[in-house]
Amino acid sequence: MEKRVTFRNLLVPYLLVAAQLAVTLVFFIWPAAQAVRQSVISEDAFGLSQHFVWLDNFKRLFGDPLYLHSIEISLLFSAAVAGISMATGLLFATAADRVLRGAALYKTLLVWPYALAPAIAGVLWLLLFNPTVGILAYALHRLGYGWNQLLNGNDAMVLIIVAAAWKQVSYNFLFFLAGLQAIPRSLVEAAAIDGARPLKRFWTIVFPLLSPTSFFLLVVNLVYAFFDTFGLVHATTEGGPAQATAILVFKVYRDGVIGLDLGGSAAQSVVLMVIVGLLTVVQFRFIEKRVVY
Amino acid sequence: MGTTFLRALAGAALLAVASGPALAATEIQWWHAMGGELGEKLNAIAKGYNQSQTAYTVVPVYKGSYAETLTAAIAAFRAKQQPAIVQVFEVGTATMMAAKGAVYPVFQLMKDTGEAFDPASYLPAVTGYYSDVHGNMLSLPFNSSTPVLYYNKDAFQKAGLDPEAPPTTWPELEADAKKLQTAGTTCGFTTGWPSWVQIENFSAWHNLPIGTLSNGFGGLATRLTINNELVVRHIGQLAEWQKSKIFDYGGRESASAPKFYSGECAIYMNSSAAYSAIRANVKSFKFGVGMLPYWPDVKGAPQNSIIGGATLWVLSGLAPEVYKGVAGFFSYLSSPPVQADWHQFSGYLPITMAAYELTRQQGFYDKNPGTDVAIKQMTLHAPTENSKGLRFGYFVQIRNVIEEDLEAILSGKMTAKAGLDDAVARGNELLARFETENGGKE
Repeated sequence: MEKRVTFRNLLVPYLLVAAQLAVTLVFFIWPAAQAVRQSVISEDAFGLSQHFVWLDNFKRLFGDPLYLHSIEISLLFSAAVAGISMATGLLFATAADRVLRGAALYKTLLVWPYALAPAIAGVLWLLLFNPTVGILAYALHRLGYGWNQLLNGNDAMVLIIVAAAWKQVSYNFLFFLAGLQAIPRSLVEAAAIDGARPLKRFWTIVFPLLSPTSFFLLVVNLVYAFFDTFGLVHATTEGGPAQATAILVFKVYRDGVIGLDLGGSAAQSVVLMVIVGLLTVVQFRFIEKRVVY
Repeated sequence: MGTTFLRALAGAALLAVASGPALAATEIQWWHAMGGELGEKLNAIAKGYNQSQTAYTVVPVYKGSYAETLTAAIAAFRAKQQPAIVQVFEVGTATMMAAKGAVYPVFQLMKDTGEAFDPASYLPAVTGYYSDVHGNMLSLPFNSSTPVLYYNKDAFQKAGLDPEAPPTTWPELEADAKKLQTAGTTCGFTTGWPSWVQIENFSAWHNLPIGTLSNGFGGLATRLTINNELVVRHIGQLAEWQKSKIFDYGGRESASAPKFYSGECAIYMNSSAAYSAIRANVKSFKFGVGMLPYWPDVKGAPQNSIIGGATLWVLSGLAPEVYKGVAGFFSYLSSPPVQADWHQFSGYLPITMAAYELTRQQGFYDKNPGTDVAIKQMTLHAPTENSKGLRFGYFVQIRNVIEEDLEAILSGKMTAKAGLDDAVARGNELLARFETENGGKE
């Protein structure tokens, strides 16, 4: 069902969107265009000399095994963060949905971590896992596992996945809870009368009906893991050890802001822009159409 | 970038308020990266200068880490909003030197403004790092340090070692570490700034080149040589020691400090400027300072160690009266009382001989044993081509590359040879790019 509003005066609609357009132009289109321009230029940091190099920056990027490695670990990281935080969020939501007493308290507590900035969440987990003073590292050492995120790339990856997923659980919890509460009680009760056990009811009725929420959350979580986790990585592993946690967003920062490799960093930004574009297309073209609300 | 901009805006607003009632003193912006206590000390120095005359006001602005400060200054230069003075860490030196149109060399500035300036009064080991091929000083040394060895005297005593005799060679250190471990210490030693201490300074200390063309002083065509036999052997040894915790890796920069503070590691190599932090954090035991260890079978070792830290660069494109003030401020900053005070407070090296003499006359080294180790180690022998310092483009990234490979070696993923070969190959790619981007000009 589409609603159409028609304006007689042609100027009015443009005036109405002018403010939004200005914001988009200044804060999105202009910097994006700058990045595209910079990505085909080779330039010293001060901008004293520059020359056009066609697609050299991109060629260098995709010829660099470390960049390909960064893409690989970014995919792994995003999938793990989205998977863990959504599964945990769903688990908590179904549990909270059944709680009769003190439900408000549980809900409030479960939402708390979302109020933290990613960097703060990162530092919390960094301290917990610190090989010298962290309580979790201490526990792991007692269990016979020599936890050391400073040298072991897998440990470092686990650290940032746990921290990033932990922070996102609250968000998923909220949406899943709303989704669960929107499912008509009568459906679940009818199934119960027919003799379906709770687990069966969940997988055959509740879970399919949650699919719009799940797909929406999947895209949101992937975007979060891909783009919002910079602060977390910056505050914890700084991409180390040996680039084991140098995910794409962090690499843009490190090569551009710290390394002053403007062309290479701009090329990476353009690649990220393409990825966001693709995710958005997937969201609107396929998911929105296939999933029945 | 957004927060930087906001901060700059807030800073500007504050300045407008603060400088409002003052007479038309010329303002000199000084962007720096000194946080915490060092930052307060720096503010006090600026205040001291501002009170010593009325024509100029030096306005220090804290810009975050070294890398962030450099990036902020470069961004400001591109936007034609540059500060007069910016503090740049030693690895950014090549970047600054290559930026010919953006930098106002200090020797030129002193000459143009007619300020009395004697380059010979500065410590050659420090100024050598920041001079061009003709020996002209390009930036003013401000905070320079060099790595030294800190050790836990109580742990030494407990292990039956002489608490007044820190190990001077690597084999001695290994033997001491084993005794310390037998006596209950978890780990023998750890290090801060892994590349700076265990590769760059290690090479200079053993009089070995880090790169061709006099470690890059001779031109942009320089390439790394840190995959040589001795460095491979040393790093391989560290990896071997890592297994039995004779050495325990504690992360980059100063992330390993808690290992020493907590008593987990009895020996700790890091910057001489870490002295004040160690003094503040170590409460449960006495600590001492020694020189870096060396391999006794290497001819010419120990040579002298090289510096780290930062210098003050002057950016071009501002009004002449600003530069007059900068020159005056630099003279003030280099004066013996100011330098000696800064040196004693921070643990950074005094940049002039006069400041060193003054500190000695004041009895500071007698009262704080170990604080003169750094300067003795720096000036142990006249610097050679290999121990004057290093000058590589993109060195911030190269150091990153080296430390990544070090981590791979220490975790056993790569052999020392393979790891250092990889570091050299990747580092040289960056050097080659720096050479092209800067037109191969010197």
